[in-house]
This record gives sequence, C-alpha cells and structure tokens, in this order.
Amino acid sequence: MTTVLQRPQIKIPATDRRVRRERRLTWIARHSIAIVLAIMFLTPVVYLVLLSVMTSQQALTSDYWPNSWHFENYVRVFQVTPLPRYLLNTVIYAVAATGFMLLSSVPAAYALAKLKFRGRNALFLTVICMMMLPPQVVTVPLYLMWAGYGLTGSLTPLIVPMLFGDAFCIFLMRQFLLTIPTDYLDAARVDGCGEWRTLIRVVLPMARPGIAAAGLFQFFYAWNDYYGPLLYTSENESSWTLSLGLASFHGVHHVDWNLVTAATVLAMIPIVVVFFFAQKAFVQGVTLTGVKG
Amino acid sequence: MRLRRNLTTLSFVAPLLIGIAVFFLYPLVSAVYFSFTKFDLLTVPQWVGLENYKRMADDPFLLQSVRNTLWMVAVFVPVRIISAIGLSMLLSQLKRGAGVFRTIFYLPALAPPVAATIAFVYLLKPGTGPVDTLLSHLGIDGPLWFNSPDWSKPSLVLLGLWGIGDIMIIFLAAVLGVPVSLYEAAALDGANAWHRFRYVTLPTIRPVILFATITGVIYTLQYFDQAAVAGSIASGQAVTGGGISTAFGFPEGSTFTYPLWLYTVGFRYNALGYANAMAVVLFVVALAVTVILLRRSKAFSGEEQ
Repeated sequence: MTTVLQRPQIKIPATDRRVRRERRLTWIARHSIAIVLAIMFLTPVVYLVLLSVMTSQQALTSDYWPNSWHFENYVRVFQVTPLPRYLLNTVIYAVAATGFMLLSSVPAAYALAKLKFRGRNALFLTVICMMMLPPQVVTVPLYLMWAGYGLTGSLTPLIVPMLFGDAFCIFLMRQFLLTIPTDYLDAARVDGCGEWRTLIRVVLPMARPGIAAAGLFQFFYAWNDYYGPLLYTSENESSWTLSLGLASFHGVHHVDWNLVTAATVLAMIPIVVVFFFAQKAFVQGVTLTGVKG
Repeated sequence: MRLRRNLTTLSFVAPLLIGIAVFFLYPLVSAVYFSFTKFDLLTVPQWVGLENYKRMADDPFLLQSVRNTLWMVAVFVPVRIISAIGLSMLLSQLKRGAGVFRTIFYLPALAPPVAATIAFVYLLKPGTGPVDTLLSHLGIDGPLWFNSPDWSKPSLVLLGLWGIGDIMIIFLAAVLGVPVSLYEAAALDGANAWHRFRYVTLPTIRPVILFATITGVIYTLQYFDQAAVAGSIASGQAVTGGGISTAFGFPEGSTFTYPLWLYTVGFRYNALGYANAMAVVLFVVALAVTVILLRRSKAFSGEEQ
C-alpha cells in the first residue's frame, strides 16, 4: 500500500515560533478528526461483534455491552442454521467464477492490449459497454434462456458465463498490460516464441499484480453477490449463497439477532483476511481503474 | 502467414466473442423484442406494439421508482464524491498513522452489501438502536431511519458513505499525484490552504471527479442489493419461499429503486413484457451516460496511450 501511495513532503522553511506553533495545532486538529472518523467507521463492525456474543434476550434490548460473553454463538449458528451449506455454495461460486474468469479473460485482455488486429477498437468499445450495462437490462431474457435449459435453481447460470470473459476484469487487466513495454514482447517474438508462448512465458510473470487484482475483484464480487443468487437460486434453498441466506435469516430466525449477527460477522471475515494478504495488489487495482481518467 | 496470425488472434478472443454474442447481444435484442409483447412464465409472448411503453407514462409505481432513483443520483453521487475528496485530502496530510487510517477507511467498501446493510439496519434501529440511544442522551428524538419513508433513502446514503473506500483510494492517488512544485509555487505566492486546494488540487483532479461522477451515476442506476435488503430486514420480514419478498420497497415504496421495481414487476408480478420495456428504457439511459464517459475519458478510448 505504501509504495503506491507515498506522499511527497513540501518543505517550507519554518523558523519563527508562531509558524511552528500553528503547525503543531493543525497537526493535532487533523489527527483528532481522523481519529473521530476512524471510530465512526469502526463502530458498525464493533457493534455487530458485541451483539453477536450476547444472549438472544439481551440482543433485543438497547444494550451495547454484553452482560456475559457467548462465543459459542459462533458454533451454534453452524448447528441450528443451514450456514455450512451456504458457505460451501459461496466458496464454490467464488472459486469457480474466479478460475474460469482468469482462463477466459487473460488472453482476451492481452489481445486487446498488445495484439494488432482489425476490429480491436470496436471490440474494446463493446467490452466497455458490457461493463457499464446495468445487469437488470438483460435479466429477463437471460433468466428465460437458463430456465429453458432447466438450469435455474442452481449456481450454473452464474458460473458458466465466466468461461466467456468478464468485461470489468478484461478492462482492468488490459489497462495493466498496456504498462508493460512492447520491447519485451518483441524480443520474445524475435526469439521465435509464438503469441501463446509469449503470453505464458513473458507476459504472465510480469503481469502478476494486474492479474492478481482482477482475480481478487472477481472473487470478492462473487462472494458478495446478492443479485445473481437471488435471481437464479431463490427457488431452491439448497443452492443459496451466504448473501442470500443472510438476507433471509432474519425471517427464519426472527428473534435470534445474536445468531444473525454472528453469521454476518462470519461473512465479513474471509474478505478481511484476503485483503490483508493482498493489500498491495488490491489498492493497485483500484487505482488502475480510475487514476488515468 | 497472415491467415495464421489471424487464427492466433482469434484463439485469444474467441471465448469473449462467444460471450458477447450469447450473454450480451442476444439478451439485448430479445429484451427489445419482448418489450413489444405481453407474456408471463406460462404463456407465449403476444405482440402488443407500443402498449407497454404507453402504460409506463401513467404507472404511479414506476414513476415513484424513477423519482427514487433520481433522488439517489442527485444526492448519493455528489455526497459520496465530496466526502471522498475530503477524506483523501485529510489522509494526504496526515503525518502519522496514515497507513492505518487508510486501511480503516477503505475496508468497509469490501464488506458484503447484505452484511453491511444488516449492520446498518441494526445500528439505526428506531428507538432502541445504538444511534437513537446516543441521540436520546443528547436530548434528540432520533428519526425512524429505515422504517420511515422520509428517512429510508438518507439512511441508504449513510450506508453508502461507510463504503466510500473505493473512490476514496482513487481520489487519494489523484491528490498525491498533484506535482509538489505547484503547491510550492502557490505557497510562495502567499496562497493559504483553501486557495491551494481551490486553485491547485481541484483543477488537477478534475478528470478524476468526472470519472467518479459518471461511474457513480452508472452505479446508482443499478442500485439494488442494499435497497432490497434494507426494505425486507427493516420491515421485519424476509426473502422467503419463492424468493421474492413482499417487503421490497418498504416503507411505502420509498426504497423501490428503478432496477428493484423492474425485478419486482418481472419476477413477482410476472409481467415480463412490461419488465422488458422498463429494461429497454434503462439501457438507453445507461448507454447515454456511457457515451459521455467515452467521449471525455482517455482511458476508455481504444487508442494506445
């Protein structure tokens, strides 16, 4: 994170005392604001965690501090709700979607960034339009298509399309591949590498940060997705993902707010863990999408 | 030789071409065709001409969803951008702990929307929730938040501000990319902090503001998850059985965004022809916004930079 976002220091000579005092005051003011904001940003998660270890009776009150700590709620939620099923479905969806997306989208992004062919601009514009298209526009025809094959009620309609490229990930990886100097590719071609070998031997190792960012985005997108599973799996509870399950818990386990919040916290944990392992690739990816505006 | 090269190129983009045909062009053309028909899951499409479009003009529920989405575009987008610029300016000027603060401000953006929405519905629970409890200590009668038609959308804005991290990072990179020499020159000319922001930072990051505005509008046009979940959780019911909640839009339709209403029309009321007419209108609007982005932004043009 630090290498990407390093601040250059401005040097203004500070000799007189008044200036120095003023500066110390702004230092304190800025850091105080930052601390207050940080507390506000952390509050929702802290409150959820506190709620999740209360008894179900206390969770209904206006208390925010647990009278006694019930960490066993995190075990109970696995026993009394279909959480294991949801978790398994979510992992299947996220892993398969990410793997399939990489297989189909890395070559496409490479072609759009580094190969010259007729219709390349038109293809790129189409990818941008797909990326910007609200998913609800094509929802009904796609649903009818999958229903025609009898595949609604499963995660198949969400996973299979990833074999045919994801617009956002293609865009992101293309932007990254543009930054790789073409000289390296020419050198490989002169050495007699075909395009596929150039991609695998030369480009892939250099493009690892861009590919990692796209993979992470896709993983998080699938993990967090609510619209897709709602559309295709709501008719069949055994295919529900975590997001869909969480949104319906409230009705099924109406009074057990402590269990609902425990499940909610559990849905957030993998995201936080993955983020801390891959912070740098992630921040690079986010900046890549917007900074070149 | 030439043919071979073309075949190689084709092998790189073939899956994408199939994807475009099957998952983009085909459903788009079908949506346009279906928009002139009337049918549900059990009947065959029947040609009705422009009837669906005529019906849209005086459908009070549709107009309400248009108003809700326009409200989100007018409030949600600018509030998020202004806050993100403020936050990134603050972060860029911190000398200690900047990394820690950055991570804290960024992380909520990654939280699953459903989980984040549940957290906020609990946090803003009318009367007994921690925010209303805090407000009552200060002598303020807290609003009903997600349970009030007037406050449900502002509550969604608060939720959106919590997840501001992604555009904040984009602005932070832009703010840090402003050449130091510009600030030094301005400081020598006696510019104060506000002037430095107004005449140095702001003009330099303008392209990023444009980018954030357009992508923000696109995001708002498809705003679905949080609105759907907030409505069903706050109402105390949930998505059960057939999956389509009767509580979408709660309270009093105030959280029916355009795409959420489209979904409800199609999959709860089974008016699939009408839903497709709504989809075509949404497509035209999204396309217009995308064209503006393409004309204004270098990163999106196909040319090599």
